[in-house]
Amino acid sequence: MAEPLDDYIDAVSKALALPIEEAWRPAVRANLEVSLRLGRLVDEFALPDETEPAPIFTV
Amino acid sequence: MTTTPEMSAADIAKAVAGGRLSALDATEAALARVKQHDTTLNSFTDVTVERARAKARAIDADIAAGKTVGPLAGVPFAVKNLFDVAGLPTRAGSKINRDLAPAKRDATLIERMEAAGAVLVGALNMGEYAYDFTGENVHDGPSRNPHDTTRMSGGSSGGSGSAVGGALVPIALGSDTNGSIRVPSSFCGIFGLKPTYGRLSRARSFPFVASFDHLGPFARSVTDLALAYDAMQGPDADDAACTTRGLEPTVPLLANPVSDLRIAIAGGYFQKNVFPEAVEAVGRVAKALGATRVVEVPEAARARAAAYVISTTEGASLHLDRLRRRPNDFDPAVRDRLIAGAMVPAPLVDRAQKFRRWYRAQLAEIFKTVDVLIAPATPCTAPKLGQVNFNLDGVELPVRANIGIHTQPISFIGLPVVAVPVPLEPLPIGVQIIAAPWREDIALRVAHALEKMGVVSAPSPRGF
Repeated sequence: MAEPLDDYIDAVSKALALPIEEAWRPAVRANLEVSLRLGRLVDEFALPDETEPAPIFTV
Repeated sequence: MTTTPEMSAADIAKAVAGGRLSALDATEAALARVKQHDTTLNSFTDVTVERARAKARAIDADIAAGKTVGPLAGVPFAVKNLFDVAGLPTRAGSKINRDLAPAKRDATLIERMEAAGAVLVGALNMGEYAYDFTGENVHDGPSRNPHDTTRMSGGSSGGSGSAVGGALVPIALGSDTNGSIRVPSSFCGIFGLKPTYGRLSRARSFPFVASFDHLGPFARSVTDLALAYDAMQGPDADDAACTTRGLEPTVPLLANPVSDLRIAIAGGYFQKNVFPEAVEAVGRVAKALGATRVVEVPEAARARAAAYVISTTEGASLHLDRLRRRPNDFDPAVRDRLIAGAMVPAPLVDRAQKFRRWYRAQLAEIFKTVDVLIAPATPCTAPKLGQVNFNLDGVELPVRANIGIHTQPISFIGLPVVAVPVPLEPLPIGVQIIAAPWREDIALRVAHALEKMGVVSAPSPRGF
């Protein structure tokens, strides 16, 4: 049975021309689940619209 | 005069400059130790024998001619194999990069170490493409812990930790993106410095996460750590993130008192998910420094989450083409993490970078009333090689995902840290001495004071 993220993984794989063998899929999905869970933690944090990103951090 | 395995870089340099020891003898002694012990430790991937001998002879010739030599004259050192070494392909722990043409020029930091008289003796094992906290490597085998060779050296600068912890060389260089200097320092029982982001040039080293990549030294004493750090400072137009600040030498400041410093223990997040050894180590350091104030670092868990998101996506971007062309030549675990990283939606990355600026402001507030924060370097002593889970308070947790939980929220905003080794039995463990941006001098001063008090030290290797 397909997992909830499988359609998304297939679509991004196609969009990025990044082939994924079936044998790798469970590990890719597990890693993506962790990244999305941690990403949600960041997403939930309200920031002002004016907040600048810090791609290069110098002081 | 001959060297002893644990002879400090400072003592070697003094003896060489004073004519009591030749640079060639110091170099040959290191090469002999590597030959004798590295079949066990597996810390080196390349030993640059002829280059080292040539450099050592040149130093001896300078001394014979009455020329002044640098503060690291005749000191053997080695570098994580993501530093360019002229004549070697920069493998960065990978199989794929071995097909690259040999580097034409050394990394800036190697040039600066050698300008100070140090002698490069080789390149060191590391986790593939630095995406690792264990020191294991599927292509080269694991670098091993010098205190128990069945255990991890820590990653990703595992060979650097193993080589210095095993007293093969007094100084090694490594990189730290999320903890890769501080974790091996902790597991191998040595000192490591992750400087402020932008302080030391990364020119001609293989990157991982440009937002967080730092280079820095490992050593068996604070003086050696500071000697190497001072030798490597300075602007470099070849690294876009490198500061234009002038040299700020730390060696002359090491012995300054620490009684005027405001030292606090990082609370909350940094006191959770830790084994008793980490609690004991932080407690010993805090007690020695008279630190009783506990400061909560706000949103540290979210900082770690944001660091994770930025790392996996910037890493994926870096390797995207290699993932397309040669997926089966990656360590499968690294490949699968990177592919997943390529699939994280872009707004989450942007928000992680924005959160970073917010978090930086919170830490800047803390550093208005605090000079130093103390935190664990790792939640545990070195796990067994291949260990998948550990049990903490009755809960099974994955080892790999949890080794760097206390280092990631710090490198996330580029703060300078000295990892100091607390020589617990049966295994050492590190503590982070964290300072405000550009105050490496303070972190080193505190580490030096702890060393003088006998609270922190690099234990003699006894695993081989």
